[in-house]
Amino acid sequence: MAVQFSEEKLNKVKEIIARYPEGKQKSALIPVLHLAQESFGGWLSAETMDYVASLLQIDPIEVYEVATFYSMYNLKPVGKYLFEVCHTGPCMVSGSDNIIEYIKERLGINVGETTADGLFTLKTVECLGACGYAPMMQLGKFYKEHLTKARVDEIIAECRAKAN
Amino acid sequence: MAEEKKLFKVTIDNIPVEVEPGTTILNAARMIGGDVVPPAMCYYSKLQGSGGKCRTCLVKVSKGSDADPRPMPKLVASCRTTVMDGMEVANITSPEVLDARKGVVEFLLLNHPLDCPVCDQAGECDLQDLSYEHGVSSTRYEFKRRTFDKIDIGDHIKLHMTRCILCYRCVFTADQLTNKREHGILGRGDASEISTYIKNSLDNDFIGNVIDVCPVGALTDRTARFKNRVWFLKPVDAHCTCDKCSGKAVLWMRGDEIFRVTARKDKYGEVEEFICDTCRFERKDAKDWVIEGPRKVSRHSVISQGHYVGTRKPQETIARVMDGRAPKLLMDIHSVSEVNMPAVDLSKIDGPAHSNDFPKNNGAQ
Amino acid sequence: MGRKLLLDKAHIEGIRYYDVYRKNGGYAAAEKALKSMSPDLVTEEVKKSGLRGRGGAGFPTGLKWSFLAKPEGVPRYLVCNADESEPGTFKDRYLMEFIPHLLIEGLLISSFALGANRTYIYIRGEYAWIPDILEEAIAEAHKNGWLGKNIQGTGFDLDIYVQRGAGAYICGEETALIESLEGKRGNPRIKPPFPAVKGLWQCPTVVNNVETLAAVVPIINIGGDEYAKYGTGKSTGTKLISACGNLNKPGVYEIDMSISVEEFIYSDEYCGGIPNGKRLKACIPGGSSVPILPANLLLKTAKGEQRMMTYESLNDGGFATGSMMGSGGFIVLDEDQCVVRHTMSLARFYHHESCGQCSPCREGTGWMKKVLLNIENGKGKESDIDLLWDIQRRIEGNTICPLGDAAAWPVAAAIRHFRDEFEWHVRHPEEAVKRNFGLAHYADPLPVAAPAAAV
Ligand SMILES: Cc1cc2nc3c(=O)[nH]c(=O)nc-3n(C[C@H](O)[C@H](O)[C@H](O)COP(=O)(O)O)c2cc1C
Ligand code: SF4
Ligand code: FES
Ligand code: FES
Repeated sequence: MAVQFSEEKLNKVKEIIARYPEGKQKSALIPVLHLAQESFGGWLSAETMDYVASLLQIDPIEVYEVATFYSMYNLKPVGKYLFEVCHTGPCMVSGSDNIIEYIKERLGINVGETTADGLFTLKTVECLGACGYAPMMQLGKFYKEHLTKARVDEIIAECRAKAN
Repeated sequence: MAEEKKLFKVTIDNIPVEVEPGTTILNAARMIGGDVVPPAMCYYSKLQGSGGKCRTCLVKVSKGSDADPRPMPKLVASCRTTVMDGMEVANITSPEVLDARKGVVEFLLLNHPLDCPVCDQAGECDLQDLSYEHGVSSTRYEFKRRTFDKIDIGDHIKLHMTRCILCYRCVFTADQLTNKREHGILGRGDASEISTYIKNSLDNDFIGNVIDVCPVGALTDRTARFKNRVWFLKPVDAHCTCDKCSGKAVLWMRGDEIFRVTARKDKYGEVEEFICDTCRFERKDAKDWVIEGPRKVSRHSVISQGHYVGTRKPQETIARVMDGRAPKLLMDIHSVSEVNMPAVDLSKIDGPAHSNDFPKNNGAQ
Repeated sequence: MGRKLLLDKAHIEGIRYYDVYRKNGGYAAAEKALKSMSPDLVTEEVKKSGLRGRGGAGFPTGLKWSFLAKPEGVPRYLVCNADESEPGTFKDRYLMEFIPHLLIEGLLISSFALGANRTYIYIRGEYAWIPDILEEAIAEAHKNGWLGKNIQGTGFDLDIYVQRGAGAYICGEETALIESLEGKRGNPRIKPPFPAVKGLWQCPTVVNNVETLAAVVPIINIGGDEYAKYGTGKSTGTKLISACGNLNKPGVYEIDMSISVEEFIYSDEYCGGIPNGKRLKACIPGGSSVPILPANLLLKTAKGEQRMMTYESLNDGGFATGSMMGSGGFIVLDEDQCVVRHTMSLARFYHHESCGQCSPCREGTGWMKKVLLNIENGKGKESDIDLLWDIQRRIEGNTICPLGDAAAWPVAAAIRHFRDEFEWHVRHPEEAVKRNFGLAHYADPLPVAAPAAAV
């Protein structure tokens, strides 16, 4: 698959660039990388990053530098459903450890791994700003809060159902 | 009457100096010279935007200025703080500064491999000098050090990331001297590294200068005919006619052989004039150059302090470099290093090694 | 009921939308400011209100605005800091999700005061659904003539854009945020120059927190003097507190800064006490970066006075026996929590979030994490505690940006107040991996020093 945004996405890129003054299109890099990650399989390959560099007329290394700095960019392929469970202090005191253990057990993977069917990846992340609704995780665009074992089961089932 | 430029009066460790407004504390100290000059591992006067990162140059501002005599609340990076009229600065007269600096040196060495015995930079390494002067005698770090594989970035430059202290100088060099930067800082925090991301070669007329600006041995010259300890080589000033750069360089020679070519450095270890890659990597024949005479190693370094003069046995060198510390690397030098070829046992050679001592095909990289 | 200024209308059905917001008094402050006040007068009101930055540092907002350089012909920018990544803090999110127009209105008035025609909201990337909410509100405001060219016929132009980050706590630091907004790595800049002189694209820039900018709306509505009547002393107005950890009712509360810490934790109006009948062990009252306090020092100051939810009272005793208001992230630990483990998790956080530019933070944060992990896992040594103290001491104050300090303080405070617990961990490693130290003496009343006069 050649890396190429659809016409619609290209218009979105144009719209993003227009948010900044003339000549400051580099500012669009972070939003455009988000768009690229969504569009090209949930991660950023070198090819994708080079493409973004060409769109914004910057050197590829400037893209690599940024993509490797921010934790939301995946530089390796990830599962279709990425479970990002918070394990920072406030979540920890609210029982995130048990939730992480439970997810590991249910999916049969360790933190940082992807299930063999390529459906799920489990990651632990730092505070996501939902400390009062802990334990919690990010799943795609949204947060899943007040996690319990039963809720985790539900979420996994929902994902499986959607994937079929 | 022409208006006289007002100079600012500053005292550093009780020594007064008058400098132009806009001068940094570090440069004011350099005008005084000697021991009051704070060490600088990341600042590089010829690279815009450099400095502020390593924190070795921290000093105490005990009086802000005549107008506002309050002291500054924290230690400041002297390389990035400009002087004010009447400012009073304490560097080596401040125990607080010395303690903080000791801390910084410890941090810088935390993940450093301490492989001076096998490092090409040994003898001209700013970190080695710094730890020699400020270091602590043993490490309190009991964890595995961060390591990276050595990689060749192009035909000319080798990157030994494990040694890097992330001063950003090479990034500024590529930005400011070449037309396209191909390497940069990737990753974050203590996982940051200098890299090209996808294996790229650095290939740009002036990129070789990254070797000279690197304060440690993270970027080295792959074309240095074969590796040799710098203190075995004789540096001579030489020039050539070059259409790309000034052609003013230093040749590191033994006999008539040119082992490597570098730019000329001042006493703070800074390049005087950057040289082009042709001069650095390709002009390895004495006929290419007009030799001016021996270079005086004037910089403050373990070389010039004579610590290495007459040293033959590598073991002794280790002890010196390590400031009396027991070397952590009790390994066979040949098994870990390309400094010397495995077929040759350095310690059995009478006197410093020479290219003739090495098998020809094996000796070239 | 405590008086509210920001969230009083947050739960009106449909307040997220322009029509409902407007019907409930929305954009009245903007109308007043743009039509009847000069930019300087707005700044003057904000000064009078005593509003202090709600992002963590508590710097007076009006004063900060007055530092903005105003060279001819150079654009000025206002940037709203919605990066909100400090563990324990989730108040800005609440405000943006429930009542986005309050922020837009605050941005409009503030931009007018500062003379900024282009304003950015930099929001943390993980809040991926909030930009949609904000962009919808912005579009509505445009449609109703509150944004764009010649707003309400006043001749003032303003566009507001939402920029998403991509996962980096450090981008909450204002110069790192600016770098990130320029499409770069979030490396904090070396100051000076300060953003007020050279900020976004080297132009004068003000960076303010979401809550700070939203608070400008009630200030203009009721006037600075009236606003200053809320709260106590120099802690004027109301403050959003995000409460989390072992509480019956964690969540976001707007408090009038005149209540006590005890009331905040135990009253039914606020957090409703500690669940399961457990007792309070410790609390980090202002987000993970501020010093942790044991229960006894939290509820009462070292002088034996009631500790209040104000900037001054939380800070009473300084580093030795006090803490800080910080960003208002109120983290409560009950008797079952292990302070060593909690401290380790914060050290792990700062290690993960260090940008890596300067050596003390880059190397020191990871080192502290590793030593703490050892202690936590029963592999610690007695000397490790002093080593930790030494590492944090050498990070603090020696770094480019305050993240170094933020990483050092929690470790310092934990050792200062909970040294017994650390020592127990290294002396009883086997026990320590199986059970927690418990409440110990951390809630015992402290002996109060006799007043000086009695001596
Ligand atoms: C490491 C670090 C992280 C910060 N994170 C935030 C943040 O997430 N949100 C915020 O508003 N301020 C944050 N700040 C404070 C900002 O630098 C800045 O002081 C603030 O945005 C100013 O706004 P205020 O005056 O309205 O509080 C952070 C500071 C540091 C040093
Ligand atoms: S203190 Fe930490 S986060 Fe701040 S500049 Fe230094 S390395 Fe980066
Ligand atoms: S600690 Fe988990 S969301 Fe804040
Ligand atoms: S030389 Fe000043 S901080 Fe590195």
